[in-house]
Amino acid sequence: MTAPLPAGSHGHPALASVDTIIAGLASVGYIASRRIATALFMATHLQKPVLVEGVAGVGKTELALCAAALLGLPLIRLQCYEGLDESKALYEWKYGKQLLYTQILKDHMGASLTGAPDMATAMERLHGTGDMFFSEPFLEPRPLLNALREPGGAVLLIDEIDKSDEAFEAFLLEMLSAFQVSIPEIGVIKATTPPVVFLTSNNVRDLGDALKRRCLHLHIPLPDQGLEEKIVAVRVPGIEASLRSELVRFVQSLRTLDLRKLPSISETVDWARALILLHAGALDAELVRETLNVLLKFEADVVAVEPRIAELISVGA
Amino acid sequence: MQHTLESFLRALRAHEVRVSPAEAIDAHRAAAEVGYGDRTLLKDALCVTLAKTAEEVDRFDNCFDTFFARSPSERARDRSPPGKVDAPPGSPDLAGQLLAGDEAALAQAMEASAARVGAGEIRLTSQRNLLTRRMLDDMGLRELEAMIQALRAAGGPRDEALAERLAERRAALFVQGAAFVERQSRLYASESGRRMRDALLAKQSLTAVEPEDFRAMEALVRRMAKRLATRYARKRHQAHKGKLDVRKTIRRSMGHGGIPFEVVWKTETLHKPKIAVLCDVSRSVASAAQFLLLFLYSLNEVVERLDAYAFSDRAVNVNDLLNDEKVDDAITLVMARVGFRPTDYGRSLDDFLDAQGSKLDRRTTVIILGDGRSNYADPRLGLMRAINDRARSVIWLNPEPETYWGQGDSKMDAYGRFCTVAKTCNTLGQLERIIEHVLRTYMSR
Repeated sequence: MTAPLPAGSHGHPALASVDTIIAGLASVGYIASRRIATALFMATHLQKPVLVEGVAGVGKTELALCAAALLGLPLIRLQCYEGLDESKALYEWKYGKQLLYTQILKDHMGASLTGAPDMATAMERLHGTGDMFFSEPFLEPRPLLNALREPGGAVLLIDEIDKSDEAFEAFLLEMLSAFQVSIPEIGVIKATTPPVVFLTSNNVRDLGDALKRRCLHLHIPLPDQGLEEKIVAVRVPGIEASLRSELVRFVQSLRTLDLRKLPSISETVDWARALILLHAGALDAELVRETLNVLLKFEADVVAVEPRIAELISVGA
Repeated sequence: MQHTLESFLRALRAHEVRVSPAEAIDAHRAAAEVGYGDRTLLKDALCVTLAKTAEEVDRFDNCFDTFFARSPSERARDRSPPGKVDAPPGSPDLAGQLLAGDEAALAQAMEASAARVGAGEIRLTSQRNLLTRRMLDDMGLRELEAMIQALRAAGGPRDEALAERLAERRAALFVQGAAFVERQSRLYASESGRRMRDALLAKQSLTAVEPEDFRAMEALVRRMAKRLATRYARKRHQAHKGKLDVRKTIRRSMGHGGIPFEVVWKTETLHKPKIAVLCDVSRSVASAAQFLLLFLYSLNEVVERLDAYAFSDRAVNVNDLLNDEKVDDAITLVMARVGFRPTDYGRSLDDFLDAQGSKLDRRTTVIILGDGRSNYADPRLGLMRAINDRARSVIWLNPEPETYWGQGDSKMDAYGRFCTVAKTCNTLGQLERIIEHVLRTYMSR
C-alpha cells in the first residue's frame, strides 16, 4: 500500500518524521512526548483529526496553538458550549443584507417589469434575473467554514467538544471525515486544503463512538519528572536549575496524594513564575504554605496538604 | 506482516479495545505509513489510531508488549546451540529437531501446530492444559514417546543415552509448549471470561454478591450510571431548536421602519428535573444497602441536582459525603452514620419531609430504595401521601419480591399505593431496566 502524497501544509519540512516534529514543537515552546509527536505525525499524514483528552491544564489547547505556530498556519478556534449549533459554528445568513436586497430588488423589478405586456412575460423576466438570495455573498462564515475555505490550510481547534450537545457532535461528523460541509441552499463546500483538526475533551460526558472512530486519539497524561522539568525550563526561562528540579519534585509528590484536583502542568508553570516573582532561591515550608493556593484549587486540598508540607519537601530533597 | 497485524487486532479485541473494520483499515494505513522498522514508532502510531480512551491506551500498551514479546525463534538465535547429536535415520521429525537443538524449526513447528489445533481460539484458562497436549500431539509427541520406549527396550548403552537425552528434551518441550499456550490465553482468552462474569453479575441477586466481585460490580454500576446520564442529557436538549417568533420580531423591527433586521427565535426553556433519593440502609436490607448506596454514589456523580438521604430510624442528608469522599469511604461513612439500626419508616419520612419538603415540587422525582419493613412502627401513610402529592413522581424500588409485600411487618403494599411506580429490584439487570424506564417515562420534560 502506498502512502498518499502529502499535500499542502503536510509537505512542511518539520513533518518529515517524529523526531523533526519533536524538535519543531520544542522550537515554538512545546515539549512533546514521543506519543504526542507521533499523533501529530499521523494526523498530518493520514489526514485525520486528533481527539486530545487529558485533565485540565495538561496542555491540550496549547498543543494546537503550537502546532499552528510550527506549521505557520492560521489558527481557527471554536469554543464549544451547551447549545452551540451550526448557525454559530458553520454559517449564518446575513439576514439584514438579504432584506435590503429584497428592497432593492423590489424597486429594480418595478422598473424592469413595467414594460411587460402580460403576466407570463413578467414572470419570465423575473426568473431570468437569477436567484441571488441564498448565495455565497449572503453567507456569513463561522469558524468551521472559515477553516475549510482557508486556501493554504489551517489549524482548526474545536475546544471542549464534550461541552457541546450530542446533536452538534453528529453534525461534525461530515466535517471531520470528509472535510466538507453541506449547506442545503448552496450545496457541498469542500476544503481546498484539509485543515489540521484538533478536538479537545475533558471527559465531561462520553463522546459518541462515531466521533471517536473518525479521530486519532491522544491521551496526554501528567508528565514525569524529566519531561516536566524540561517544560518548566522552556516556559519559565529565568528559573535556576536547582529550584526547578526541587519544585517539580514537590509537585510530583503532590500528585501521589489523594487530592480532589491534582496540580497539572499549567499549575506547575504558574507556581514557578510565582516563585520567580518572590525571588525564591529554594523551597522552604513557609514559602510553600504561602503560595500553595497557586497549585491547589480547592480549599479542602489546601487543608489536607498544609500539615504535610515539610514532609513533602524532605521527600523531594 | 499483514497476517501478524490481523492477529494483533484480534488480540486487541480480546483485551477490550474495540477495533472496528474501519479502524483496522486505519491501522494498516498507519503501519504502512511508519513501517515496521521502529518498534516504538509503530506502537505509538497504532496506539493513536486504535485506542480511544485512556483505559484503552493502558490495555493497548499491555497487549502490544505481550503480543510482540520476542518470539521464541528470535531467542533461539541468541542462545548458543546445545550439543548436537544426530538422530538415527528413520526417527520422527520431532526427535530430529530436538536432538539437533534446532529451536527455530521447533518454534515454527509449534506455531504451525498451534494454528492447526486452534490455540488462538482459546476462551477459558481451563482449556490451557488440553490445548497444550493437543498441540504437542500434533507436533508428533506420540511418535517421540514410542521412539523413547523402543530405545529403552533395545537396552544398549548408546540407545539408553539417546533415550535419556530425548526424555530430557521432551520435558523442556513441555515447558515451552505450556508457556506458548499461556501467552495465547493471556492474549485471547481474557475477554470472554470477563464478559461471562459481567453477564453473571448482572443477573446475580444484589444481596448475594461476594466481596471479591464488589470491584467488578462497582465498575458495572458506574458504567450503567454513566450511560443513563448520557441518555438523560440527550432528553434535556431535545427542545432546543427555535421557531421564528413573529411577534417579537415585528416589535424589534419598529426601530428600523418596519424592516425586520433582527430576527428573534422562539425558544423553549426546559426545566432540569430534580431528583431526591431516600435510601434504606437499615439491618433488614444491610446486604443490599451497599449496592443501593453504590448506585446512589454513581448517580450523584452523573446527575447534577441530586439530594440524597439515607435512613434507618432517622433520615440524614448524605450529599456532603457523596460529594467529598471516595466511593468506598463514602459508603462506609454513610453506614457508620445511619446504618445497621432498626428501621422506622414513619420517622424517616417525617425527617425527609422536614428537610426536603420545601424543595419538593412538580419537577422533582423522588426515588425510594428500601424494603418497606417498618418493624411494626407507625408507617405514617399520610406523609407518603404528602410526598406523592407534591412530587412529580415517586418511584419505589424494593429488593424483595412482590409476593412478600404486605407480609409480616412489610408495609410495602400500603406504601405502594402512593407511588407512581413500585417495583422489585433485586439484580443489577433489573435496576438498569427500571431506571431506564423511569428516565424515559417520568423524567422527560
